[in-house]
Amino acid sequence: MITGILDSITIAKRDIIRSFRQKSQLYGSIVRPVIWLFLLGTGLRGSFNAPEGFTYTQYIFPGMIVMNILFASIMSGTSIIWDREFGFLKEIMVAPMSRASIVFGKTLSGSIIATIQGIIVLAFFPLVGLHLSFIQIILTMLGMFIVALSITSLGIMIASKMTSFEGFGTINNFLVMPLFFLSGALYPIDRVPAWLKPLIYINPVTYSVNLLRGIVLKTETNYLTDTGVIIIFALIILSITTYIFVKDRK
Amino acid sequence: MNIIHVEKLKKSFGEIKAVKEVSFDVEEGEIFGLLGPNGAGKSTIIKILVTILKKDGGTATINNFDVEKEQNKVRESVGIIFQDPSLDERLTAWENLYFHSKFYHVPSREIKNRINNSLDLVDLSERKKEIVINFSGGMKRRLEIARGIIHTPKVLFLDEPTIGLDPQTRKYIWQYLVDLRDKQKLTMFLTTHYMEEAEICDRIAIMDHGNIIALDTPENLKRSIQNDIITLVTDNNIGFSILVKEKFNIETTFNNGTLEVPVSNGKTFLPKLFEIAGGRILSADIKKPSLEDVFIKLTGRKIREEEASKRDKLRDSVKRRRRT
Ligand SMILES: Nc1ncnc2c1ncn2[C@@H]1O[C@H](COP(=O)(O)OP(=O)(O)OP(=O)(O)O)[C@@H](O)[C@H]1O
Ligand SMILES: [Mg+2]
Repeated sequence: MITGILDSITIAKRDIIRSFRQKSQLYGSIVRPVIWLFLLGTGLRGSFNAPEGFTYTQYIFPGMIVMNILFASIMSGTSIIWDREFGFLKEIMVAPMSRASIVFGKTLSGSIIATIQGIIVLAFFPLVGLHLSFIQIILTMLGMFIVALSITSLGIMIASKMTSFEGFGTINNFLVMPLFFLSGALYPIDRVPAWLKPLIYINPVTYSVNLLRGIVLKTETNYLTDTGVIIIFALIILSITTYIFVKDRK
Repeated sequence: MNIIHVEKLKKSFGEIKAVKEVSFDVEEGEIFGLLGPNGAGKSTIIKILVTILKKDGGTATINNFDVEKEQNKVRESVGIIFQDPSLDERLTAWENLYFHSKFYHVPSREIKNRINNSLDLVDLSERKKEIVINFSGGMKRRLEIARGIIHTPKVLFLDEPTIGLDPQTRKYIWQYLVDLRDKQKLTMFLTTHYMEEAEICDRIAIMDHGNIIALDTPENLKRSIQNDIITLVTDNNIGFSILVKEKFNIETTFNNGTLEVPVSNGKTFLPKLFEIAGGRILSADIKKPSLEDVFIKLTGRKIREEEASKRDKLRDSVKRRRRT
């Protein structure tokens, strides 16, 4: 068990060293949310009303954090495709490490990077006129990490079945946008038509948005349900991916 | 003791029977070579032995561990240099070796020493801080060799360690490998389709179409031909080959403008050829059989047929492009 966790940390460490050598990804993660925040914040202000007490920009702020995490988390799946393409995945697979720790290590690195991307957005909170206590900031970061963990595990699972970047990109486009728009990141859920609600409630991103909105804006939410759904989702996906890795000896 | 034991090993990919009931044993400390043309099934056997491919049937054990039931024990016992590149080119040479040591649970306090020693062995100590992407193909291959031995495996698998490298680099690599055998008690299992290179092996298994068709020491394999080969250049090779067939009932072969006559004793037979030739022989040479000749005798083909070698060149150049 301890060896397994140490193995995961080793795998994660390598990914993180690698990604800090590629700066462009980092710049993108700063620019993207800024653009979205101000475009959506001003553009959609007329179409949706934020609940009492918040500006629209403030209301969608937690959703913007989740969006940046969502992009980064799913993208981290490319690290597996990259490793397969350049042969390093064989070096990992032939090493005496449990397949579960390999999968968890990959997820861990993706989650850490995605959390950092979330923190970049969080740093803008004074600009949108929010006041956060130190405790709130720490809780937000913890929340971001479990959100990142669940979505990264999804990205890794998809990538473990993919052999090309193109295929992975296509799947992502079909996945990321619906996950985001059906999460209540941009509008209060109680105002959507009834037929959309089931889709929103089976979407793990919905619970992520609820959780972060609860912490950042102190809106009402059930923290137990939110964290429970997110963590259970992550565990299920991680188990499936481990199974895929164990069976991947064709 | 048999460090590798393989019995009736089978593997198919859909319709393709890549490995058909192959059996062999490798002794501890041996250099064992698997020789065969493209698609013979060499890499498939190696992948099964290092646990990254599932076999269809038969048994295989390494260091007495079953490759199916005790995968992690097998993984601890082997090192591998894959046919295709497998370094992390965005990391430095040192980092590649560091992470490998961590993956194989080398004790922390030993890591530094082991990395330095194995870098020394392949002459890369000077370049250890550099990002691997800038290395030449030969340097990358040497780094892979250093990496393969850092966790002190029992068996080192080398799947075409010199593929896509120029002749001089190939010579270097073999030098390192022979050094390695002399310095450490290590079993090596290698594949190649450069016949000359197989000469360093203690024993060789020749593979074709998923079967092992011969297995012995290089000397015995060559002796099994029982032949010397007389190579002739004559004024008319085709005409002369017909004459040799008529007079001595010997099948000759053509090779690059020469005529090859297999005989049991070259020195005593050559005068007989001159006798029937009556001045038509322009030059003559006696050649001891090579492993290539063994392969031709066993399969009726050269190990790298013309069209195969064209495909090979393409493949090698693709590989080289990825290496550089
Ligand atoms: N993953 C795979 N899927 C389908 N067919 C495969 C796969 N791997 C190998 N084969 C086929 O199995 C046969 C044996 O391949 P293998 O790679 O073992 O040959 P090899 O002896 O290593 O050849 P080479 O000298 O070209 O490396 C070939 O016909 C190959 O096309
Ligand atoms: Mg091969």
